Amino acid sequence: MNKVPCFGQPVDKFVATVSDEVYHSVHSASAIKSDKRRELLARDFPDPRRLREIAGQIKRHTLDSLDKYLPLAVASLERNGAKVHFAADGDEARRVIHQILQERGARKIVKSKSMVTEEIHLNDYLAERGIEAIETDLGEFIVQIDGDQPSHIVTPIVHKNRRQIAESFERHGLGAYNDDPETITRRARKFMRDKYLAADAGITGANFVVAETGRLVLVTNEGNSRFSLAAPRLHIALVGIEKIVPADRDLAVFLNLLVRSATGQQFTAYTEFITGPRADGQRSGPSETHVVFLDNGRSEILATEYRDILRCIRCGACLNICPVYRQASGHAYRSVYPGPIGAVLSPLLAGGDFARLADLPKACSVCGACGGDACPVCIPLSDLLLRLRDKAKREHASLSARGVPPMGGFAELAARPVLWRGALSAGRALNYFPLDLAPVPPLSRWTAARTLPEFRGGEFRRWWKKRHHE
Amino acid sequence: MIVPAERAVGKQVQLMATCLYDAFFDDVARATVQVLEYLGCEVVFPEGQTCCGQPAFNAGDWVVARKVVRHAAATFSGSGPIVVPSGSCAAMLFHGAALAFEHEPDWPAVRELGARTWEVLDFIVSGLGVRKWEGECRKKIAFHSSCHLRGTGTPAAARLLLGSLRGLEIVEHAEPEQCCGFGGTFSVSFPHISANMGRLKLENIRAAEPDLLVAADMSCLMHLRGLAEKLGNPLPVKHAIQVLRDALSAEGKIK
Repeated sequence: MNKVPCFGQPVDKFVATVSDEVYHSVHSASAIKSDKRRELLARDFPDPRRLREIAGQIKRHTLDSLDKYLPLAVASLERNGAKVHFAADGDEARRVIHQILQERGARKIVKSKSMVTEEIHLNDYLAERGIEAIETDLGEFIVQIDGDQPSHIVTPIVHKNRRQIAESFERHGLGAYNDDPETITRRARKFMRDKYLAADAGITGANFVVAETGRLVLVTNEGNSRFSLAAPRLHIALVGIEKIVPADRDLAVFLNLLVRSATGQQFTAYTEFITGPRADGQRSGPSETHVVFLDNGRSEILATEYRDILRCIRCGACLNICPVYRQASGHAYRSVYPGPIGAVLSPLLAGGDFARLADLPKACSVCGACGGDACPVCIPLSDLLLRLRDKAKREHASLSARGVPPMGGFAELAARPVLWRGALSAGRALNYFPLDLAPVPPLSRWTAARTLPEFRGGEFRRWWKKRHHE
Repeated sequence: MIVPAERAVGKQVQLMATCLYDAFFDDVARATVQVLEYLGCEVVFPEGQTCCGQPAFNAGDWVVARKVVRHAAATFSGSGPIVVPSGSCAAMLFHGAALAFEHEPDWPAVRELGARTWEVLDFIVSGLGVRKWEGECRKKIAFHSSCHLRGTGTPAAARLLLGSLRGLEIVEHAEPEQCCGFGGTFSVSFPHISANMGRLKLENIRAAEPDLLVAADMSCLMHLRGLAEKLGNPLPVKHAIQVLRDALSAEGKIK
């Protein structure tokens, strides 16, 4: 395959560094998950699109009335015996969680997979304060022992193969090299068991929080969230404020969509409904439950034309279908959330640092498969990406201009028919010009990988004129 | 995709030839005229036309995009259908413009423009009520359903018309929902990703062994054809309207 020279855009540059091995892992896993999602939804529901629209409407309604549902959720959680905290940003969330742990002398933590804890970089913060937080989701555990970053929001090590994982295990003292997946899993399981039993606290996220009943819903395939809450006496759940759904009955819609969209399964192996700490007479479970609601820029997004992004239920279907993600893989996005959801959410969550990630919305061919075909809550992702390009242009003109050819001259031409026709005729000179050597950047970027068709500017107009004057 | 619920119909149509066809693909614009006239339409070509504004819109320069859309609105005055042989230009006028003009005072005029705009195959089937195409085309074709056709009537219209030609077989290819990688300015801003996407699309298409690649958007075909040629293995491409026109020509139904 002949390589195309790379230009300025960071995501495009990153793609040139992706090995064939990583590309094939990410591409095939993404394609398989996309196909399974589509097959299962079509098999199990008469009108999957309608179901997605209903889910989107429930989420939109919840966000529109968050001022009602958030206090309702708090009241329900407290009624169930949970303690509720609010954190305006990552810094506050980290301090709140640290304080809860510190007051109870908790030094050893088991963690169930949670993107929002990644968002606030909780593990590093706790480690710096002498608290060990072990990731118990196998993928996240491998990311942790490698000092790596997740490259997908549901399948964090989609960029790794079993040989690399076997090497990581060997390096981490988890037995001699063995790349048999079952052996790897058994070793991780054995290692985890002791951690679960010794843990002072379990930290989780939540896939949904039901306002009406205060139920925390967690879906996993490994049962690790259940183990994380079995032995420890303390449970802390960190939850984005957008995770609220109004009532238990809404879970029927969301659980059916979430799991099919995420992994192409009908249901995950484990679905937990947690209604507060252990009640009198219950034999196991934490005696204390804390829920930390995180804002971290969400209420600001809620007040903008980008608010639909808060409907997201973190299934990853938009990553799996995205042709750019399939080429680039997750690390190209330089943020916790990759793919189409990340290209919208990450620059917005960056707040005042928007400009640093303003190139991400441009790393998209606007194919619309993410929002149109995949998203279980019908987020108009490509519209949001386009809106963010407009925002980047308005707020950071010089920076964003780097990503695309300047359009001012085009506008002048396209609004002046006489000039336009002149340019079309003059453009015929292109046919006689060695295009591969052209000094104009967009042209050479085109011709690096493709030929240009014959320039026939004005031909149609001549045909039209001739025909109508005969 | 915001597709107008009700659209202007009738046989007095204005042709939007598109900037790309104005510059490179005159035969597609010509085929559009020939087919529409064969179907009894009276075609007008407003000579002041330039572009739909899509390049600037996708590039995030909405000030410029609005300027170009306003020029289009002024050029295509009237109330009859505007027919364009490009799904993405049509989508710019009924979907893109809806985003770019939502806070603009002249949004009603622009909405009116969108509600008159049809992609040509969609117009033939849903606007003119044609359900079958007479003629023959003894070819295996791959149909690339361009991304901007998502949610519009064009893919079904194209399959209906092409599929009714005698001897024509549509061969399906893998990952049909995947973008070809063109994406307008994306193709030059992200040349590496764009070319990789295109090569993957070509691999999937070639695996189906078609004689011809057909689409309803020349931009995708310009990209795919250009990649194939650069790789030293050219792939014949045609706009669907050219296939329909050629079938008419072969039987002497048009000159």
